Order: sequence, then structure tokens, then C-alpha cells
Amino acid sequence: VRYVDEFRDAGLGRALAGEILGEVEPGRHYKLMEVCGGHTHSIYKYGIDDLLPGNVELVHGPGCPVCVIPMGRVDDGIAIAHQPGVIFTCFGDMLRIPGSHGSLQDAKAEGADVRMVYSPLDALRIAKANPDRDVVFFAIGFETTAPSTALTLKRAKAEGVHNFLCMSNHVTIVPPLRALLDSPDLRLDGFIGPGHVSTVVGARPFEFIPADYGKPLVVAGFEPLDVLQAVHMILRQLAEGRCEVENQYTRVVPYEGNRRALEVLAEVFALRPHFEWRGMGFISQSGLKLSDAYADFDAELKYAVPGVRVADPKACQCGEVLKGVIKPWECKVFGTACTPERPIGTCMVSSEGACAAYYNFGRFAREREVV
Amino acid sequence: VSGTVSDREAKILGIIETARAKRAKFRDAHVTMAHGAGGKATQGLIEGLLAPAFGMDELPDAAIVDGGFALTTDSFVVKPLRFPGGSIGELAVNGTVNDLAVAGARPLALTLALVLEEGLPAETLKAEVEAIAHAAAAADVRVVAGDTKVVERGHADGMYVCTTGLGLVDARARLSPAALRPGDRILISGRVGDHGTAIMLARGEFELGATIESDTRSLWPAVDALLDAAGPAVRCARDATRGGAASVLNELARASGVAMIVREADVPVHPAVAGAAELLGIDPMYVANEGKLVAFVAPEAADAALAALRAAPGGAEAADIGEVKTEPVGMVLVETAFGGKRVMDQLVGDPLPRIC
Repeated sequence: VRYVDEFRDAGLGRALAGEILGEVEPGRHYKLMEVCGGHTHSIYKYGIDDLLPGNVELVHGPGCPVCVIPMGRVDDGIAIAHQPGVIFTCFGDMLRIPGSHGSLQDAKAEGADVRMVYSPLDALRIAKANPDRDVVFFAIGFETTAPSTALTLKRAKAEGVHNFLCMSNHVTIVPPLRALLDSPDLRLDGFIGPGHVSTVVGARPFEFIPADYGKPLVVAGFEPLDVLQAVHMILRQLAEGRCEVENQYTRVVPYEGNRRALEVLAEVFALRPHFEWRGMGFISQSGLKLSDAYADFDAELKYAVPGVRVADPKACQCGEVLKGVIKPWECKVFGTACTPERPIGTCMVSSEGACAAYYNFGRFAREREVV
Repeated sequence: VSGTVSDREAKILGIIETARAKRAKFRDAHVTMAHGAGGKATQGLIEGLLAPAFGMDELPDAAIVDGGFALTTDSFVVKPLRFPGGSIGELAVNGTVNDLAVAGARPLALTLALVLEEGLPAETLKAEVEAIAHAAAAADVRVVAGDTKVVERGHADGMYVCTTGLGLVDARARLSPAALRPGDRILISGRVGDHGTAIMLARGEFELGATIESDTRSLWPAVDALLDAAGPAVRCARDATRGGAASVLNELARASGVAMIVREADVPVHPAVAGAAELLGIDPMYVANEGKLVAFVAPEAADAALAALRAAPGGAEAADIGEVKTEPVGMVLVETAFGGKRVMDQLVGDPLPRIC
């Protein structure tokens, strides 16, 4: 992919790493949180950690859409998948997320018609090809993916595809960040802001972070140079005593967001009073359900789902990992009872999950100099 | 002062590596698609159920039997039956021929079993039989025995093909999965990920404006050239099919008790394959090939071996992609093109079912 190569240039990376070193105050330890799972993935995929001085620590945040799904929602999804005649569709990562009695992949092996799709439009296509069956799309993700679900629902409505249904697990980014910042055990110096989400919501919604909590935030892209540059911008703010929202990802993110996408979201979705997050409990106004105008497409209304709140497994510390309170390897079951092939927690499943990324990519990172 | 890996972290990593080195178990209630993906679940099925049942320590793709013969068997369930660059019939010949070739055996003969679905168009069957005959002639191997079965409509998705291959172990070959030594160089016979990407595009699941052809071909000429150039200095070779090159590297790092470092920037990848993999969030190193081998060669013979691979049919883009190391045992590490380092672990789950 030639057009991104310039954002992966190793020489520029080394130069930028040198500039980062110049901003670091000797003896000070910096903890920066990358909010988005996409950043976590990039950091491990490219080994970005290796280019940072040892006293700049990157902490993984709650922005992996698969990781924040609570067990009860997986159970509800499996219950729908087992309904006669249902074709249940979801992204590949969701197949392996454990519910309280197995995963969707297990449900498939037991006979449920569970199919992996790459986009909600694939699910709509399956619905059109199987008019006598209900096709349920298990929708996940932040404001990043919610517009594509919304547009698919709009198309289903316009084309009268009434056997297409959606079980919405869409969530919003600001409420969990506020919950995170309110938790007393948090020690962070700044945030790498979520680039993809910001293409939709813009950078303005994050202004409360410097204003109310006194932490700088830099919205960043996902190429390795983007991440390094964002780290540099945060460290420079700290060095200069500034504290604001900056946008590193200007080539994609408009400061005010994408108004059309936000309008589509407002039309198709409505805020739930509260929604449960894996390891973080219920967070007010943090989840999206289908709006009344789209109630006919709501799988939760059509099928009676158990809707039971299932406590996370006792040994699982995904919540603390999601909040950046502990590193993946500090979890009691990391790598022994909880592995990518037999995950206990969600963070061990998705390629954007902090635990899976650390287990798969990060275990033998080069030793770094501390200045 | 150095080190972000604290003592406690290092200790935990040690515990994980011990757990990881244990023989895989088969503890699942059902067979899932992951058991067919060539990754950890497949390993659990083989090491945990099949090999112990037959009193074997392992159950490799091909085995040397008495009298210097190599024996292998394979089944093919690819969907769709035809795809750019090949079809199920060609795969059925080349896949089995390649398992023999990378065991250091010259392919001699195949048996063929066809499982056909009621209602399969005769034209489809004829085309595949022709493809089998053509591929066998190209690979210089004879089809000498066979079997046919027909199952009711709705089963077998058109057709499944099973082939068993017999080969003669070449006198120049001293190949063993346990033979790798630190310092050995890692060669790959061409670009990775073409076959899996071709199948994915042929299924029409993605509308990308690119055509990628499967790389299906016999690897015996490449192995023959390698053995000519480097003989016993060729420690081991593997065809990088399901699970891709990454799975082969992991399997051999474990089998030989060594580590490996792969230089990502040196791995040849077709730009369209790289693009598709990027969009889908998968790594071409885990995508299947049907005509690529990974060879481990002692350092003194590596340059000659690479030149020989490049001169062999289909080997123009062969490359030296890394080196065998001592530590950490059983692990494959990648030096990223960006200058960082990460682990390239075994595949978990199934990014792409039924590709061969």
C-alpha cells in the first residue's frame, strides 16, 4: 500500500524518537494512555514501544470494541443465534468471546447458523438472499463503526428488507473516558486520542479532559509515525506547561467531526439510559439502541433475550486492564489460565485487546534505555 | 540503567513459556472450524488425540517408511472449486506432491479418491479430472489407483478430493525438523499469501479491483535445485500452506528448540496481497500458499541455496528473510520494517476457512 509507506519510514521514526528523547525530563516517569484499541494494535504490530525511552510508558485504554462487551450480551447473542430459522452474523473476533456457557463459535458447532461477516452490508446481503429467514447482525463498536450499521439499517428500511435485524451493542466514547478519569486509582499524564472515532465525533468532545481533569490529549492516526508524533506532541505540552486538545490526525479528522455521520446516528440510534461495560460496570448514557423509527429492525425487541447480567469471571481482571490500572501481564491468569486459544476475558481475544496484543506481539520487546 | 522487563514480568513470562511448551491437549466439546485452520487448535487435535491414539510422538504431513520411501496423504475441500490460477484438482496433486518434496522425496505416484455430490455437473467433474491429469503430468507423477464415492445432494459441496502420495527419498537429503542450528538462514521461495488471497477474492466476499492468482505448483523442482546447490546443508524445508509461513516457522522453532528472527522488510509480498491483508487486518505471513517453501540452510551454503531457488521455476522472488537464533527458545520474533520488534506467534482461530 504505497500511499501509507511514508508514514512507516524507519529513518523518520528514528529521527522522531530522537526528538521525543529531547522532550523527556530526566528522572520523570510518563504514563500516556492510548484510548483506542487500534493504537494498541499499531504499537505492538510495529514495535513502536521499542523506539520510546524506557520512562515513557504507554498504557492501553478502554477503546477495544470487542473487549468491552460484557458476558451477558454474549449470552443474549447466543440465545438469539439458537432461535429456529435465525442466521446470526458477527465480526470474526466476536466468535471466540466467551459467554457464560461457551462462545458463538461453540454455538455454531452445536448447530446454530452463525456466520462471520466483514461488514453490516454483508449481513444485509445474506438477508436478501434468504428472505424466509431472520438475519441478525450483532453490531459492536464505538462511533467509528456505528455509522456503517446505521447506513445499513437505513438501506434495509428503504429496500423493505424486514428479515434483517440488528442487535446493537454500539457504545459511545466520552462516557467511559469520564468514568475512567473519575476512578481514584488512575495515574496518567496524558492521552493519545482515538483517531477513528474522532473522524466521526471530531476532537471537540474531548475538550473536557484538559478542562476538567487537567490532562493533555492529542488525537492521533494509526501509522507508526502518527503515534510517535502524538507522543512527541503530548510530551511537548507537558514540557511547556500547556494542557489542551491537539489534532495530530488533521489529514482525516475535522475538529468538529462529520456532521452527516452524526445526523445518521441520531436518526437510527437512541441513547440507552445505561449500558454495561466489561469490567467497568454500568455507565450512564454510554450505549446505543435502535431508535423508535427503527424498532421493527431491533432483534432485542423481536426475540425475548435472557438479558441477565452475568458477573465477570472472578479470576479475570479485564476491567483493570481496560482502565490501564494494571498491565496485561500483571493479571493473575494472564498467559496461564487465560490464553488467546482459551480466553477467559475479552482482552485476550481481539487483536485490538491489550492482553492479546501483549501475548501475541509484545512479550519479547527489546530492553530500553531509561533517561 | 536498562530494562523495562522487570524481574516479576520476566518471571511471569517464564511461566507462560513453560505452559506454552507443554504438549497441546484436545479438550473441546465439539470440532470447530478452528480445528481445521492449521494453528493451535489443529495442533491440539493432532498432539492431543490422533498421535497418541496411534502410539506416535507426532504425526507429520509425510513420513519416511521402510525402504527409503516417503508416504503422505491429504484431502481437499476448497470452496470455490475453481479460482484464479488453479482449481481443486490441481491443488490435490500439488499439495500432496509438495508434502513429499519438502520431506526430501522425489514424488513417484499418487492414489486418488473422489467424493462427489449428487447432481454435480459432468462438465465440472471432467474439468477437474483433466486438471488432475495435467498437474500430475507437470509434476512428473503418475495417478495409479483410486476410489469414487457419491453422497446425497447437499453434502460435499460439489466435490472433495483425497490424494495419497508415494515418493522416493533423495540420497542428497538430510532433512529433519529438529536439525535447525543457530546461525542457519531462513529462505522463502517467493512471495507469501497469494493463494489464500486469491481464494478470498474468488469467493466474492470483498470487492477489490485486483486479481491475484493462486501460486499452486509442484515444489519438487525447487527442492531438487536446493539439494543440488546445498545438499546436506539444507536442514529442513516446509511448504507454507494453511496457517502460512508464520505457522511453519513456529512449528520448527518448537521442534528444534531454537528461536528465529524474521526481517519483515525482506519478506516478498505482492502489493495487492499486502493491500487486501491490510484492509482485513490480517498478516500475509499467516495467509496460505500452495507453491511456496520455507527452507533452513546452514550459513555457509545459504547464498548458493538462494541462487538455486531463484533459478528454479516460480522462484524468481525467493528471498533470505531471517536467521535462526538461540533465545528465546521456541519463539519467532519479527524485526518490523519500522525498526521495532515483536513476536510472530502461532495462529489462533481461523481467518479464512476451507482454502485447500
